[in-house]
Amino acid sequence: MSTSGATRDLPGIYAKAGSLSSERRWALWVAYISLIFSAIIFLAPPVYMFITSLKTSAEVANLQGNPWLVRNPTLENYTAILTNPTFLTFFWNSAKITVMVVAITMVISTLAAFALARMRFWGSQALATGVFLTYLIPETLLFIPLYQIVGGLGLLNSSWGLVVVYPTLTVPFCTWIMIGYFASIPKELDEAALIDGASWSQMLLKIFIPVAMPGIIAATIFAFTVSWAAFVYPTAFVTTPDEMPLTIGVVSQLVRADTFAWGQIMAGALLAALPPVIVYAFLMDYYIAGLTAGATKG
Amino acid sequence: MAQVSIRKVVKAYDGGVQAVKGIDLEIADHEFVVLVGPSGCGKSTTLRMIAGLEEITGGEIAIGGTVVNDIPPRDRDIAMVFQNYALYPHMSVYENMAFGLTLRKFPKEEIRKRVENAARILDITPLLDRKPKALSGGQRQRVAMGRAIVRDPKVFLFDEPLSNLDAKLRVQMRTEIKKVHQTVKTTTVYVTHDQVEAMTLADRVVVMNHGIIEQVGPPQELYHHPKTRFVAGFIGSPAMNFIPARVENGSGALRVTLPNNITVPVPESRTARYQGAAGRDMLFGIRPEHLTEVKNLDRDNIAVFELTPEVIEPMGMETLVHLWLQGAEVCCRIDPTTPAEPGRPMQFAADLNHMHLIDPESGKVL
Amino acid sequence: MSASGAAMTAGRTEGVTSLQRFTRRRSTIAFLMTLPLIAVIGGLVVYPAGYAMYLSTLNRRMTEFIGLEQFAILLDTDTFWMVIAQSCIFAISAVFLKAAIGFWLAHMLHDIPAKGQRKWRGMLLVPWVIPPALSTLGWWWMFDPSYSSINYLLNVFAVPSVPWLGEPWWARTSVIIVNVWYGAPFFMIMYLAALKSVPEQLYEAAAIDGATGFQRLRYVTLPMMRNIISITILFSLIVTFANYDIVRVLTNGGPRDLTHVFATYAFQVGILSGNVPRGAAVSLFMFPLLAIFAYFVLRGVTRRNKEES
Repeated sequence: MSTSGATRDLPGIYAKAGSLSSERRWALWVAYISLIFSAIIFLAPPVYMFITSLKTSAEVANLQGNPWLVRNPTLENYTAILTNPTFLTFFWNSAKITVMVVAITMVISTLAAFALARMRFWGSQALATGVFLTYLIPETLLFIPLYQIVGGLGLLNSSWGLVVVYPTLTVPFCTWIMIGYFASIPKELDEAALIDGASWSQMLLKIFIPVAMPGIIAATIFAFTVSWAAFVYPTAFVTTPDEMPLTIGVVSQLVRADTFAWGQIMAGALLAALPPVIVYAFLMDYYIAGLTAGATKG
Repeated sequence: MAQVSIRKVVKAYDGGVQAVKGIDLEIADHEFVVLVGPSGCGKSTTLRMIAGLEEITGGEIAIGGTVVNDIPPRDRDIAMVFQNYALYPHMSVYENMAFGLTLRKFPKEEIRKRVENAARILDITPLLDRKPKALSGGQRQRVAMGRAIVRDPKVFLFDEPLSNLDAKLRVQMRTEIKKVHQTVKTTTVYVTHDQVEAMTLADRVVVMNHGIIEQVGPPQELYHHPKTRFVAGFIGSPAMNFIPARVENGSGALRVTLPNNITVPVPESRTARYQGAAGRDMLFGIRPEHLTEVKNLDRDNIAVFELTPEVIEPMGMETLVHLWLQGAEVCCRIDPTTPAEPGRPMQFAADLNHMHLIDPESGKVL
Repeated sequence: MSASGAAMTAGRTEGVTSLQRFTRRRSTIAFLMTLPLIAVIGGLVVYPAGYAMYLSTLNRRMTEFIGLEQFAILLDTDTFWMVIAQSCIFAISAVFLKAAIGFWLAHMLHDIPAKGQRKWRGMLLVPWVIPPALSTLGWWWMFDPSYSSINYLLNVFAVPSVPWLGEPWWARTSVIIVNVWYGAPFFMIMYLAALKSVPEQLYEAAAIDGATGFQRLRYVTLPMMRNIISITILFSLIVTFANYDIVRVLTNGGPRDLTHVFATYAFQVGILSGNVPRGAAVSLFMFPLLAIFAYFVLRGVTRRNKEES
């Protein structure tokens, strides 16, 4: 797939290089230098986190020598963090919350997007605009009233409380991009299905969802990364370590636990960041499609 | 029992725009009817009302004797082929064709039999496992037709099915559609903007314009006896020439005077029909093939006059000559062997047996 | 004749109900399908927004209605004015840098052969993929006063150590650096997508018309990308303005409350200090600014839609 695309582009590049060779070569140099320079800066923090995570506490505390080098690489930080029951609880909480939020989000937004993209009804236009507007509202605007509301429901210090409020982060955007994906399905396809005798639910399940699968995957990835990375809500609503998800758990509990456990903190942060990074590595194209869909669709 | 009756059907959109303004049409069982007209003439809307994809504002449509106005598409027992084929991209050809039957809970064996039969008719058996993405335009078109055939519906509806194909394939698929209709004999309503398609496929052609039916009839009748200026101009390519003319009564016979003081006599057989037009300005209509170089004058009712060609278009089997008569473009069809060059006057013969007189005000052909 | 007429009427009466039911059911089904969405928007966005306004009019113990007293108190404190200033400085400079860096990198990516673009794009998007709370932890460690690995590198080049998080202006700069590091890849991806959507023929036409590289950028690329640039910038302004994670992890508002932005200050006042009404008031101060941004975003979107249709 990518190779065929590349070979298709090559003649054009060579043609350009042939006609404007010096200007073109100079531009390539600038491009590569900029990219290498920015890649170094962009990747330095995670790399340094990794370097630190391989050091013993003694080596971390040692002010002599280059901090960017590891003299005695060790995995003891990783074994320590992976046998730390608190950390495992955080991980389990994050997984539990994320799976539920993703499932809830996808059901809500797929249903709503199908209705908004295909069934004109009273107020559908206003609702679509409303979805877009709520997507623009940052979570930090409403976390205080939500704190009161969640408290009123008795769900403070509970991962259930987070499952209830996380959809505000995910549903508007997922609905928005799903509307875009559904709207791009040719209208004739549902007319053909209508004539073939499909009911609304069959049309959604047998035609729209399979055809818009790339969009569904992109929206799922988005919901996953957002729920995994959510920070404001858990910080505000959860203060007992037993119910904390990873982000706030690593930041508040590990840091507080031991002043010089930097190796362990970095190992924990990297492990916590791993799931979204893995998803990204394997589904990069969908990830990017979902990212750009918000601005290019609609 | 699968005739289609369209009675006083009106389609109005919000805001009062009428796309279809009360049309009547009876389509017989096994008939192949083509709705043709320019874009926006209401032909597609009519088809979609038959399909149940558009609500009927007024009048009624009956399929096989049952009024279907209020019956949803899936219960009308129709099948439709769309311009962009509307194949389900995630299903194989087999699944595409089987989908309608699966939803209707046909037994698996029956589905298999029907799909294989349709595939044989359309010659797509080797493609059954492919996805639509892997098919060429012509193959997709066949699959779309196959999806209609397997359903064995009362009526086939075609919505500009050949518009997305290139010219060569279009001719090929046209023949294919006709062949399929001769095999399965299902009542067919076919919409196109291409009059050649309409002429070649139809048992009867329905010419529509501005939401009304201009004329209904077999292709030859429409060609030779158009009832309105619109039909006369729409059917046939290159189109019929319309030359401003004046009809005069002189010495017992009718004469038509064209620009440049060309005067042609009205054939005796038509005198009675055109008598009422005497003394009035009319449009003289004649098809390019009836305005040719002078070859055999031994026929009746030939008028010869001199014109100056301005543009010459050799087509191979014929040559088109364009010239202008007081602003009216005139096209003549001559034999490719006849010498002609722009600016050099030559003799033309008009075959008045095929002339038409059109009332420019009412647009009616006399 | 009469028999067929009767059959027709029969068909008709039976049909009326079925098609009417069909269309009516469509609206009902559509409404039911959007009901969960409406519940989320209504229960978790609209209601809390109204509730926030109500909360902000109460006294600290939430027992008494005190009108706009909380807002008046806030506007009387220097710290709050500092928060407003810092939020604006932070959002504007960070978004400007993100947009500029993203634009530059998108161009550079677009310039290299298509074969390598995927690989580079994959690497450069990494900062955006790591949850910001966690990557900021890494930055915090890199900014650490005694163990700063950045200062080590600076010292190698004979630049004196920088008190990254200890001194107010440096702390503000650090917060901006981290936010730019995190957000620039997003701009890069958006602009790259926009660049790829400019038809190649336009550049060819411009080249034939004799446009230089700069003129092509000025007269072809920028006009074609204008909408996506403005929407991305406005959207990023909203998100950056309301940012919480980075400030919370990196400085937690310090030193001396000088790096607080709206979100962290609201958190500190409303949740840590337990003054819920005042915290709500702080959050609500963001609203008019966000509404202005949102207005421009929406206007951009609708204008773009109109142009496209």
